[in-house]
Amino acid sequence: MTPLKPVDPTTRLVLGISFFVIFTALWAGVTLGGLVPKNFLADPLTMVKSGWTLLTTMGFGWDIGWTVWRVLGGFLIATVIALPLGVLMGAYKPIEAFFEPFVSFARYLPASAFIPLLILWAGIGEAQKLSVIFIGSFFQLVLMIAVAVGNTRRDLVEAAYTLGCTDAGIVKRVLIRGAAPEIFEILRMVLGWAWTYVIVAELIGASTGIGHMITDSQALLATDQIIFGIIVIGLIGLISDLGFKWLNRTLFPWAQLGR
Amino acid sequence: MSDFLSINGVSRSFASTTGGGPTLALQATSMTVEENDFITILGPSGCGKSTLLRIVAGLDQQTSGEVLLEGKRIAGPGADRGMVFQSYTLFPWLSVRDNVCFGLNERGMSRKEQLDIAQGFIKKVGLSGFENHYPKQLSGGMQQRTAIARALANGPRMLLMDEPFGALDHQTRELMQELLLSIWEAERKTVLFVTHDIDEAVFMGSRTVVMSARPGRIKLDREVTLPHPRSYAVKTTPVFMELKAELTEQVRIEVLAAQAALV
Repeated sequence: MTPLKPVDPTTRLVLGISFFVIFTALWAGVTLGGLVPKNFLADPLTMVKSGWTLLTTMGFGWDIGWTVWRVLGGFLIATVIALPLGVLMGAYKPIEAFFEPFVSFARYLPASAFIPLLILWAGIGEAQKLSVIFIGSFFQLVLMIAVAVGNTRRDLVEAAYTLGCTDAGIVKRVLIRGAAPEIFEILRMVLGWAWTYVIVAELIGASTGIGHMITDSQALLATDQIIFGIIVIGLIGLISDLGFKWLNRTLFPWAQLGR
Repeated sequence: MSDFLSINGVSRSFASTTGGGPTLALQATSMTVEENDFITILGPSGCGKSTLLRIVAGLDQQTSGEVLLEGKRIAGPGADRGMVFQSYTLFPWLSVRDNVCFGLNERGMSRKEQLDIAQGFIKKVGLSGFENHYPKQLSGGMQQRTAIARALANGPRMLLMDEPFGALDHQTRELMQELLLSIWEAERKTVLFVTHDIDEAVFMGSRTVVMSARPGRIKLDREVTLPHPRSYAVKTTPVFMELKAELTEQVRIEVLAAQAALV
């Protein structure tokens, strides 16, 4: 191995898959081999079997749908507000000076700690779940988008000015266009974090959703179902990640050059 | 008739970063530029030649004095003064074609008109066939040719060039000089061209100005009498050599002075 030397795509795929295989084999080994009791950690086969039962007879698909809806809903609301605010903060320094200290403070407020308050304010309905996602992602988005926009190369801005660009044109045609791939990358990352918040929101006071199924299973010591729920979340996260990466490559082919 | 561009007592000082009084980068400088002049500006690093150019571009504000373009005071950057930078400043998200269209698009010109104009300038800089390439797919020389096309397509009254070939290798640089000179011979734009390459200054310029070590001022202003069109062969003629020798001597004195000031 040489530092930073790239691997070819086939080797990369094989290496990536082999870790999954080794991981599952180890898991199967300790559980099926009887090293670990069943109600402590279920084996992979039982997990798949009860996962199938969950999906086919217990309406777990419905729970997944609810969870996805909550994440996307809360994340979309956060994005719709964070995007223009972040761009304005990145572009105009007085606006940044006004909001930045508060947002920097607010992003360290743990979203999950707001749950008791949010239940008080919004009840245990959907508004509460969406609020948790919103608090968890909004401040991070604003700050990271502002930094991405503010990092635009000064010489590109100057070049645009000498080509007759107006201030509004600079924001629209240079700052936003240049930062767009990075903003997409930020959305991808923060969406990943939103997934952790939704489960926390669903663990407390929910009657549907993946998190709710997990708390129910805990009461029954059904570790197989808990693990299945966790894996489903992982898979959905992986799919949304790949989707974002694909979208980024398709929308911004120029940003892939010379990496 | 008034002068095309007049620089009247323009100076620039920067607030000190280490405490103490402000640093004077450019002494009060005056200069007039005739229409269609190609003026090359030489000087040691940090002498304020780029600062002067940026003030004319409107990207930097003078501390005193004023710059008039066709009698109008320059207050900020504008499409009437196109600029080519030393760093590669093509917009990486736009193809060569859309980079060249950028200024025209900003003006609200129809797409068809934009493409007509852009196509002509892309051809002039020898990049036909590369219209759909992104900047990162081009060599440094090709990027700077696109930048020249982008500035010219916008139809500026004058062109400001801040060491545009400074980052290129020697051979590419010489070819670029010939290309730019042939475009200038055909279009007769007014050009202010900052460089630290004396060969380049003499070869390209119709007038060459030498600036002193910081704080900069104009210490020498020479007309370059070499006839046009010039080919690279002119670089070995006695007239060229003689002027080059004089400028080399003058720039050398300033570079030494600049180094002495650092000790």
